[in-house]
Amino acid sequence: MLREVTALDRVPESIPEVMPEFVIEMLHITKDFPGIRANDDVTLQLRRGEIHALLGENGAGKSTLMSVLFGLYRPDGGRILKNGKPVNIANPNDATAMGIGMVHQHFKLVHNFTVLENIALGVETTRAGVLRMDKAREQVVALSRQYGLSIDPDARISDVTVGMQQRVEILKMLYRDSEVLIFDEPTAVLTPQEIGELLRIMKNLTAEGKSILFITHKLNEIKQVAERCTVLRKGRCVGTVAVADTSREELSEMMVGRKVELVLTKQRAHPSEEAALRVERLSVRGRHQGKPLVNDVSFTVRRGEIVCVAGIDGNGQRELVYALTGLIAPDSGRVYLGGRDITRASVRERNKAGIAHIPEDRHLHGLVLDYTLAENLILKGYYRHPFQRRGFLRFGPIRWHAERLMRDFDVRAGQGVLTRARSLSGGNQQKAIIAREMGEEPDVLIAVQPTRGLDVGAIEYIHKRLLAARDCGKAVLLISLELDEALNVSDRILVIYEGGIVADLDAEGATAQELGLYMAGSRKKAAV
Amino acid sequence: MSGGASGGARPRIGGNKRGMRIGGGLTSALSSVTAILAGLMVGFLILIISNPRQAAVGLGIIAAGGFTGGMKGVGQVLYYATPLILTGLSVGFAFKTGLFNIGAPGQLIVGAFAGIWVATNFTWIPQPVLWPVALTAAMLAGALWGAIPGLFKALLNVHEVIACIMCNYIGMHGVNYLIKNTNTYDSLKNQSIDVAQAAIPKMGLDKIFYTLKGRYVDASSVNGGIIIALVIALLIYTLLNKTVLGYELKACGYNRNASRYAGIKEKRSIFLSLIIAGALAGIGGGLMYLAPVGGLHINVVETLSAQGFNGIPVALLGLSNPIGIIFSGLFVAYISQGGYYLQRLDYMPEIIDIIIAVIIYFSAFALLVRDFIMSAVQRRDAKLLDADREAGER
Repeated sequence: MLREVTALDRVPESIPEVMPEFVIEMLHITKDFPGIRANDDVTLQLRRGEIHALLGENGAGKSTLMSVLFGLYRPDGGRILKNGKPVNIANPNDATAMGIGMVHQHFKLVHNFTVLENIALGVETTRAGVLRMDKAREQVVALSRQYGLSIDPDARISDVTVGMQQRVEILKMLYRDSEVLIFDEPTAVLTPQEIGELLRIMKNLTAEGKSILFITHKLNEIKQVAERCTVLRKGRCVGTVAVADTSREELSEMMVGRKVELVLTKQRAHPSEEAALRVERLSVRGRHQGKPLVNDVSFTVRRGEIVCVAGIDGNGQRELVYALTGLIAPDSGRVYLGGRDITRASVRERNKAGIAHIPEDRHLHGLVLDYTLAENLILKGYYRHPFQRRGFLRFGPIRWHAERLMRDFDVRAGQGVLTRARSLSGGNQQKAIIAREMGEEPDVLIAVQPTRGLDVGAIEYIHKRLLAARDCGKAVLLISLELDEALNVSDRILVIYEGGIVADLDAEGATAQELGLYMAGSRKKAAV
Repeated sequence: MSGGASGGARPRIGGNKRGMRIGGGLTSALSSVTAILAGLMVGFLILIISNPRQAAVGLGIIAAGGFTGGMKGVGQVLYYATPLILTGLSVGFAFKTGLFNIGAPGQLIVGAFAGIWVATNFTWIPQPVLWPVALTAAMLAGALWGAIPGLFKALLNVHEVIACIMCNYIGMHGVNYLIKNTNTYDSLKNQSIDVAQAAIPKMGLDKIFYTLKGRYVDASSVNGGIIIALVIALLIYTLLNKTVLGYELKACGYNRNASRYAGIKEKRSIFLSLIIAGALAGIGGGLMYLAPVGGLHINVVETLSAQGFNGIPVALLGLSNPIGIIFSGLFVAYISQGGYYLQRLDYMPEIIDIIIAVIIYFSAFALLVRDFIMSAVQRRDAKLLDADREAGER
């Protein structure tokens, strides 16, 4: 079974000369919110120079615990020790002064400032009130060398990749002499390559004596870099384990509280011969008339199969989806839905014709965050019977519809159908979108990164839903950045590289290595 | 270590010190009242600075507002509140749909002129029908003046604030020009002529709101316009909250991208929003100037309509809620009336104007700040819920 390595009752001896084993100790932390105990007697001890993973589902209390450490919340019980001495962290400034730094999941950068300006922001070096960046620049360049964080100090944040933005965030912490670094789900926004890079950086940081708290719900990453892992479930500490001695299955069971199928068991697809979605020589050019973003793409998705478009982010997936769903007009080519040409159809016409779309960004496109759950669940059907009569909304049917979808798709919300979408957890927001899109019984479901940022339990659920849709004879087009997802869920994989389809593979025989080569553009195969 | 950390059964935490679970309506009303009090305090400061001896009395008069003048005063409050409620609705409606209609002054004056022009030129229309026709003309003209920035925004992505400001000046100067060059000009008083024939009926309100001065009945200028304003506020409330159109317009206001994704025609929504907002301000102009003898006239001066601009603080103070706007419109009229009575004391008219402006605008600004804090707290609350979705699970 799981081996407990924490000594909860250990009394830290404060011998001044010898640095204590733990750099940060959070002992018996309890934090209450109205109606909820977010952290219940949670203990977490961070060793000097280790990467300590904090694992838990969405809403298990990880963010709350880290917010307590970072001074955003005051704990209702328990105490925090730094180097064995009790400390009082009243606000983030205290935390920064104590050498605790946090890389937030959503970066806190000024977009029209340069990399250097962002790093120095708040601790600028000045002479007689005039900004002198030379010293800051030297320091930043030195730090980036020391830790292997490649950046361009003079690039504007708005022009650099997400990966570099994250390195800027890390440098911000290092520039402020942080010795304890909190990474809040840092890989959620990164491509597989960038994730590898980040994990390497994290290893470097610990080698240089930094200690890292790594919040995540991705088991692979924990296995790759973390030494120990503390698991939270519903606000409680399930235990702290040595990662090397614990399998992924055990970790996920600790996290979810039941056995989770990490690898989906699925039947072979039985696609009909009928093409539900057919794309012919589709091209989309950028606004600046450069290289086409989608370049002469042709494929078909048949009823009863899941086709995955795999690729590294930014290879034209977004534009492809926009062209299929009517959000942008393609420059050439045709899109057919069950034989009908919908190339010039509006978004509404496509929806009516049977296309559903789970968008990439649930906040940008998927939800009206200030609307209630019930209102969001009719976002695509509000104009139809029974939701309206003579131009007036009918709140009874709207409510029943929402209640039914919430039940069928296991959407959980504090105030039921009247909960604002904004206050739902990410997983439930995603489930709500999926409920809305799949509840319409579409012929073609276009799902763009439907499991992005979700925990294993929710991912398992969504994958099963996609399979169920397939088995009901729907055509599913899945756009994914994750190799595992592509291989695990889909029946056929199209690899997209620089706007073109470079491979059309049977998911059964494909391997991650093979896919990786196609995705990186180092191999090509004529599309079928 | 506090007692809360002792393990055992998980208690449901009741005592909520942060108290953000008050009903939405109550919180809004509270924040508006707080803002008003803050505004009054600043007004009081100015009273003290300009004339310390009478400051306390002055504050009393302002606070007593319309009531200082008895029932006539109340009637005046209702009369002056009428256009404010309409321009407040105009701005508030646009806010709800994600647009900032700063063009209410122009829409109001253009609507007013159209109303007056119809009222003076279509006198062959029987009197009971003439005022509704004139009011409709006012509405249509206001709608047209809202449609222009709407079109620019929808088709060319010109920011509505720029287009609205330009339309304000075009509207004001255009109306001045038209009044002088049509038969609607009273050159003696440099204003538009009386429209007694097409005046909105009093609907019996004059029988309620008057003050007896000996034998002399000192009637207020109140007319049926206030009733029309209240009905329109209810209509707008219904439109926003109960109809498919309101659902679409609000969705576009909250999240334009999600609306596009859902197949809502956002350009049409922008266009429609500004047309409706313009129509509301136009009606406001109509109700304001289609008044019986003794009512307001359009003065040919190079000033943008204050009633139009005051729609902005009215909307902010009413939190863009049509029902809230009724009350905030009444409040602003009430305070203005208080300022009018302040003339009894030794205060310069300019100082009175400043004080009233300060109270109104400070109220609105304070509210903005308060609103900001509230939403910040709410966002924090939301984050908590995000962090602990247990709410639904335990």
